[in-house]
Amino acid sequence: MVLMKVKSKKMTNEEIQHIVSSWSDTLTFSEEDSEFLNVEVPVDELHKICSQLKSNSDLKFDYLFCVTGIDWGEDLGVIYHLESTTFRHAIVVKVKTSDRENPTMDSVSDIWYTAELHEMEVYDFFGIKFNNHPNLKRLFLPLEWQGWPLRKDYVDEENMIIK
Amino acid sequence: MIETIHNWLYSIMPEGAASITEMVLIATAYLALFAIAGLYLVYLERKVAAWFQLRLGPNRVGPFGMFQTMADALKLVSKELTSNDRIDKLLYNLAPYFVIVTALIALAVLPFSEQLQAFDINIGVFFLLAVSSMGVIGILLGGWASNNKYALIGAMRSGIQTISYELSVGLSLLTMVLLTGSLQLSEIIEVQRTGGWLILQGHIPAVIAFMIFMIAGTAETNRAPFDLVEAESELGAGFHTEYSGMKFAYFFLAEFINMFIIASIAVVVFFGGWLSPFGITDDITWFPQMLWFLIKVLGIIFLMMWFRWTFPRLRVDQLLTLEWKYLLPINLVNIVIMAIVIWLNLTL
Amino acid sequence: MEPTVKSNIKTEEYFINMGPQHPATHGVLRMMLTIDGEIIKNVEPDLGYIHRSIEKMCERDSYQQIVHLTDRMDYLSSHINNEAVCLVVEKALEIDVPERVKVIRTIIGELTRIASHCLWWGVMGMDVGALTTYFYAFRDRELINDIFEETCGARLTMNYNIPGGLMFDIHPNFVKRTKEFIAHFKTKIPEYDRLLKGNVIFQKRTKGIGVLSPEDAISFGASGPVARGSGVNCDIRKIHPYSAYDLVKFEEALQTDGDCLARYKVRIQEMWQSLSIIEQLIDNIPEGDTKVATKAVIKLPKGEYYQRVETARGELGCYVNSTGTKNPYRFKFRSPGLSNLGVINSLATGSKIGDLVAIMATIDIVVPDIDR
Repeated sequence: MVLMKVKSKKMTNEEIQHIVSSWSDTLTFSEEDSEFLNVEVPVDELHKICSQLKSNSDLKFDYLFCVTGIDWGEDLGVIYHLESTTFRHAIVVKVKTSDRENPTMDSVSDIWYTAELHEMEVYDFFGIKFNNHPNLKRLFLPLEWQGWPLRKDYVDEENMIIK
Repeated sequence: MIETIHNWLYSIMPEGAASITEMVLIATAYLALFAIAGLYLVYLERKVAAWFQLRLGPNRVGPFGMFQTMADALKLVSKELTSNDRIDKLLYNLAPYFVIVTALIALAVLPFSEQLQAFDINIGVFFLLAVSSMGVIGILLGGWASNNKYALIGAMRSGIQTISYELSVGLSLLTMVLLTGSLQLSEIIEVQRTGGWLILQGHIPAVIAFMIFMIAGTAETNRAPFDLVEAESELGAGFHTEYSGMKFAYFFLAEFINMFIIASIAVVVFFGGWLSPFGITDDITWFPQMLWFLIKVLGIIFLMMWFRWTFPRLRVDQLLTLEWKYLLPINLVNIVIMAIVIWLNLTL
Repeated sequence: MEPTVKSNIKTEEYFINMGPQHPATHGVLRMMLTIDGEIIKNVEPDLGYIHRSIEKMCERDSYQQIVHLTDRMDYLSSHINNEAVCLVVEKALEIDVPERVKVIRTIIGELTRIASHCLWWGVMGMDVGALTTYFYAFRDRELINDIFEETCGARLTMNYNIPGGLMFDIHPNFVKRTKEFIAHFKTKIPEYDRLLKGNVIFQKRTKGIGVLSPEDAISFGASGPVARGSGVNCDIRKIHPYSAYDLVKFEEALQTDGDCLARYKVRIQEMWQSLSIIEQLIDNIPEGDTKVATKAVIKLPKGEYYQRVETARGELGCYVNSTGTKNPYRFKFRSPGLSNLGVINSLATGSKIGDLVAIMATIDIVVPDIDR
């Protein structure tokens, strides 16, 4: 039952970009300052693009190995690191939202189960809400915790570790 | 000496009072003796465990740590008895006594030597089985009254476990009773004086019966690999989670006395009780028969400790599968074989 | 098995807390179980009892300091965690460390893996009720710790790696004692296997219990022995070799059953493979420097860097987002434990309490690694 018997065809970043860019014209690609191909996806297209990334038979990004929440100062965002266990090529999906009061995006936990826990972590630290997440609540911090600690504008006089 | 005390008591008192006094004296002696013996079994367990586990075991209090368990007992006596608020007070307090008292009652019929047997009744084996299975009521009460989910799960497991394995203990002993024709423990030993140990007399069926008895007996005493009642990696401490101090110590001590009882039954029924092997010390009049009994019992207890420190624990459904699907049918067939063996007079 | 007997007795599911103080949870993990009798209906892990906000602290610290924080994540593979941070810094600075450093890092990394699996083996036995395994495992793990103590000065949280190389050279006894350990441990692994895997009860407790399908393993982001027990090739040492793993020959430990026994076998196989890796390297440690000089204040060039390493528990990822200052803008650890923990509900649902303990043992959870 070893899965990886499919003919291995690792794609270059250009080939991946070629396929992905045909799905939507709102995507921006970049390879600058990163070892992976980065694709920036608008918030409302996140779920659609992600499910295509997984189901496309030439790409098969079935392994979501890292979900990182990030605060770019102006925008909040999430970075998804994806790899294909069949072909071993990788892509980084970035999604940004400028709404700091009520940042919301679609959950990808129905595409990759692992996202369920990692999105809870992102919610815990950045306050990004994920639509259709089965159980969105604080993961590490106490449920009554106020604020989103990993945001750059977070202030906590008592427990602040960055002075 | 016992004779002297007996005569003296009857000379100074009316008959009824004397016999009551005598019983009280014997009971006190047994209690004192077995409280100490239980402590030393705990010590033995800890030492055996240490040998198996490349450790030293208790070695600080007294020579070779001999007084370690004494010190532990003293500590337990002096500890506060804590409990949570919502316990069923009566049952909660009753449970440890139930367990320890039933364990101690069973001691009465054990024949330590030809003379030393407190209570030689003609239904000895039956009495032992009946009494030893009563201890589970204490465990059930303790688990139920503690108002703790872990304790409750432990107690319920204990219930199913004891009820199931009771059958195998009983049937495997019944197999041997076919051979002896008597339930009286002194009679059973008497049979073995001439014919050799029962495990040899009954050859294959007896060996099977012994193996089943050891498995079921280990399960009866809730020891590993059948320690689901207090499976610490699953249930914390199981049924005695909410007990502290001396009440906990009663449960603890009862486990070891029960182990002693199971081992004693095995010795009496399978290994000739206080009889010496091949009669090697029969001619030496000063040699205490009790020593043979104790050596054999300690041998069996060592075996049970060996089980405990080697085997992983069974799961609860596997425990029941083992009993109902394997041990019980084998046991029933074994009784028939034994009956045939006796009928055809094939015994050694 | 679902009970088929119909009964008028009303039964009810109930809720039970396993942990945070519980012998089976290996630390302060709390599992909220919904149980029907002995059968588990739902498992919900409650995390954060040992959360120390390491990622936030990283934004305050310099890169040299961050290395030392990672010890406290998965403390059983502390060396490999250190290595991950060092590798990502070296990647960003484009430092090529000397061969000697790579080889020593690999050897110590593999020793760490053996020590971790050793501990796991002991605890695995204890969780299924065989108490003696713990002491056997600790006896042998102690020898590895002694080697570490001599070379690194510490036994558990070693801090031997620094960005650019190693803190100092290996101890003169290192090679000799490592060889002694390999010879000793080769006789012990079969013993381990006989004691646990050779036991019928152990097989009954693990075979067919907690089966994880390969598709689920990938989707849950499981890595390390958990995924490899289901037949998923996910060994970072093979896929994206780092340090000296491209110099050695070893097989990726794979089992296809996906149950607890398969995960057990994978870890035993991995111990053999680790021994073989060390054997290939221990006689050929190249001469040379043990560090490349770095600036006292390390500033990573602007950009994003990612490094994946294989710890004893699975894939550890370090994501660094640098703006060119001496502190990272964002430092994210992709911990193997958190993703591996995700599988627990799907594995344990429908099994017994005793099975949950076995499943948790084979997932091999280290709580500080999950909570960070």
